[in-house]
Amino acid sequence: MTYEVPVAPGESANIDEGTELSAEPWPMWEVFVRAQRGLSHVHIGSLHAADAESALQNARDVYTRRGEGASLWVVRSSEIHAFDPEDISEYVEANEKVYRLATTYDIPDEVGQM
Amino acid sequence: MEALLAHGDDNLVLAQRLGAWISNAPELEEDIALGNIALDHLGVARALYTLAGEIEGKSRTEDDYAMRRAEREFLNLLLVEQPNGDFARTMVRALFFDAYQVELWAMLAGSDEEAMAGIAGRAAKEAAYHLRHSSAWVIRLGDGTEESHRRAQTAVDDLWRFTGELFEGPGHVGRERWQATIQDVLDESGLRLPDDPYQRSGGRRGLHSEHLGPLLAEMQWMQRSYPGLQW
Repeated sequence: MTYEVPVAPGESANIDEGTELSAEPWPMWEVFVRAQRGLSHVHIGSLHAADAESALQNARDVYTRRGEGASLWVVRSSEIHAFDPEDISEYVEANEKVYRLATTYDIPDEVGQM
Repeated sequence: MEALLAHGDDNLVLAQRLGAWISNAPELEEDIALGNIALDHLGVARALYTLAGEIEGKSRTEDDYAMRRAEREFLNLLLVEQPNGDFARTMVRALFFDAYQVELWAMLAGSDEEAMAGIAGRAAKEAAYHLRHSSAWVIRLGDGTEESHRRAQTAVDDLWRFTGELFEGPGHVGRERWQATIQDVLDESGLRLPDDPYQRSGGRRGLHSEHLGPLLAEMQWMQRSYPGLQW
């Protein structure tokens, strides 16, 4: 490339000899998008950004280029708490407790969806 | 007609400049962002060249305008042909230009000519997004480390001389609102405007800096070596 880089005293124009990387790498964020006609947000990927504003900015570029989203959420990955997949059976009810379900009750039409 | 080519050229040259960042940006997300922004500019250039071709009525296509015009025929601002330099320089150049485009498209969206108003309407949304992107970066760089501040200030000092051209000749905008936008960003970033009143112009008259020639040589080489080539 013939493009010039302004070099200050003590610096090098060579990209490999540049300054040290900053000590703190950018944290990771998870991106959720709700489509124009969608009902809920869907997780579509993750990215790195220094703060919430630039995470949103980058999410628009990386994930919604084709105008898919009506609503865009970013959440710091460290704020997402999840079950360890191995332990999940301990916490989540098995489908055997049929007595808890109201399957034999007929909902009148006037009540609507429940 | 001249204004159409001027704006088309602005966007084409800037798209070409931003393309050089692909695979070279400081972070992956920024690499994608700059690529996206370059494509936005290219899209506007294509729309403007197409409209120019229709108005001129000599069957010139977008490729004819982009690839077969010589340096003296290009009417882009000197600002957009300046080299990318470091990331700070690219963002400062973008800030100055994006603020200009926001004013420009707002003005042209009210044009009597339907096609022009249509292009301006779509471009205005993109320009607002671009301005958000560049101003956010200039603020972070100016208000960042000592090094980022120094590089950003150097960029402001060096590129300021190309901003006078935004307010003169075909396709110019009013200075007041542009200056207010820029001042807001600079205030928040801790950067200063240079005192130097020296300004350069000529781009709009086809008189370019030493940078446009090599840029066009690289961009047009393929079409000129194999005229009429198709993928």
